[in-house]
Amino acid sequence: MADTPLEVRGPEDKTEPQITVAGVLVNAAKGAVADVQDYAMLCGRTLYTLFTPPFYVQDILQQMDNIGAGSLPIILLSGFFIGAVMVLQTGSQFTRFGQSSLTGDVVAIALVRELGPSLTGLLVTGRCATGIASELGSMLVTEQVDAMRAMGTDPIRKLVAPRTIATLLTLPLLTAMTDFMGLLGGCVASVFSLRLSAIEFWRRAIDALDFADLMQGFMKPFFFAFILATIGCYKGLTVRGGTQGVGRATTQAAVLSSVMIIVADAFLTKVALYLADKLF
Amino acid sequence: MAGTGPMNNSATPPADPHPAIKFEKVRIGFEEGDILRGVSFEVQKQETLVLLGETGTGKTLSLKLAAGLLRPSEGNILVLGRNVSSMTERDLLAFRRQMGFVFQEGALFDSMTVGDNVAYRLIEDGVKDEEIEPRVLEVLRFVELEHTMDLFPSELSGGMRRRVSIARALINQPPIVLYDSPTAGLDPVTSQTIITLILRLRDVYGVTALLATQRLQDGFALANFRFDAAAKRVVHNVSNGNAAGAAKMQATRFLVLREGGVYFEGGQEELVNTNDEYLKRFLV
Repeated sequence: MADTPLEVRGPEDKTEPQITVAGVLVNAAKGAVADVQDYAMLCGRTLYTLFTPPFYVQDILQQMDNIGAGSLPIILLSGFFIGAVMVLQTGSQFTRFGQSSLTGDVVAIALVRELGPSLTGLLVTGRCATGIASELGSMLVTEQVDAMRAMGTDPIRKLVAPRTIATLLTLPLLTAMTDFMGLLGGCVASVFSLRLSAIEFWRRAIDALDFADLMQGFMKPFFFAFILATIGCYKGLTVRGGTQGVGRATTQAAVLSSVMIIVADAFLTKVALYLADKLF
Repeated sequence: MAGTGPMNNSATPPADPHPAIKFEKVRIGFEEGDILRGVSFEVQKQETLVLLGETGTGKTLSLKLAAGLLRPSEGNILVLGRNVSSMTERDLLAFRRQMGFVFQEGALFDSMTVGDNVAYRLIEDGVKDEEIEPRVLEVLRFVELEHTMDLFPSELSGGMRRRVSIARALINQPPIVLYDSPTAGLDPVTSQTIITLILRLRDVYGVTALLATQRLQDGFALANFRFDAAAKRVVHNVSNGNAAGAAKMQATRFLVLREGGVYFEGGQEELVNTNDEYLKRFLV
């Protein structure tokens, strides 16, 4: 109230609602169901915009640079040291049985099938799902999203779709980089710690992998990418409570995406193993 | 502003009989309860309706409803004869291009330069680059900010951001502009600059305006002054004593929202001469 000497009054007939445990639980359940419904609707609309024009190519490229190239340093470093740690942990066990040459097999299978996709998914979630949520959340609280709608632009098409496409395109590539750097780290650790030959390590690592492993390893990133991008966008576009709400949404995006990636990983592994059994 | 858009048709009133904006028993609320409870009003073409009310009475909400950014739980909202409350979001996206919206804090895209912000709608419409730049310069010149083309919103003052927001709303020359507290939080001199811009839009280009504000003096300025295109300055309506000036005065009406309904609707004279205790508090 800048210039008018008016008092702010609420409706006069308003009575304070009674708070009960059952009421709180029912409201929480309703809220959760409404959240799932809204998220499903956002996913549906996002999928529609992924396949229908117009496409914001410049925004997609910008997001690919941010999500893909921007995540590369942490992916390379983490991948290298995860591979090295795996060799150090498993190598000592194999050495007890005189089978240290099996280290390459184990590292390759574990990385390509499981660690590479999930580790990359979680790392990119930490960096990008939070970034997406805070960016879109800030746009929402400063009415930039409303301004976009007021000017005739669909925010799903302009904001959500480019981020989702960029994540879908870059996460499998980042996963491949994690796998490679993990194997490289494993190789270095094998050479210096287990005194294995580098050529032997790579030969065994490559021989241990078959098409089913690669299929499993490169199917998962697409699902993880969709999960982390859409949850980041959803949390950003449903921010409530100003700048404090943006902070809350950012945390929720990181936690929810990470949990959902781990849950999805379990189901995807089961599906991949079933398919590998049936197809190969 | 040159061009052939609807803003240049102010000399001849359009034949379309529909009011520019019509609210029919509009109701909307949130978890805290209904904010608007059956609100009805009309804004005629080339008219300015000043929405007044305390904080939380639904002024901004009314603007967002008119733009189709929110949907009422009951009632109809007709804009240029079309019912925006029943249109799909897809249809609304196209329809909203006939409206400009000036948000309270500007709502400029902070990752874009002023030029890109103003050009946003043209870029979206696929207008050629060589056509975009002169049009952006033209509207920036209109708000006297052509030198800020390459600056980012964070480098501008609050008043400048508000003016850029007006320029952005004008770029495709909409027949209706919705202003959400355009002078809120600004010093008197900057507020006067903004009001002058609104007067210019109304009197030179015949723009229909729905303006939400808590500052009654903004409404009185719109009712008492007009922009003289020939003299290129703001002049007092009454001092001219001519019919055109009187007509312009009638073209500004006031609507006071209170506790979910329309408490007052009328012209400046009725508002100033009111005996209602509540309305008198606005006039202090």
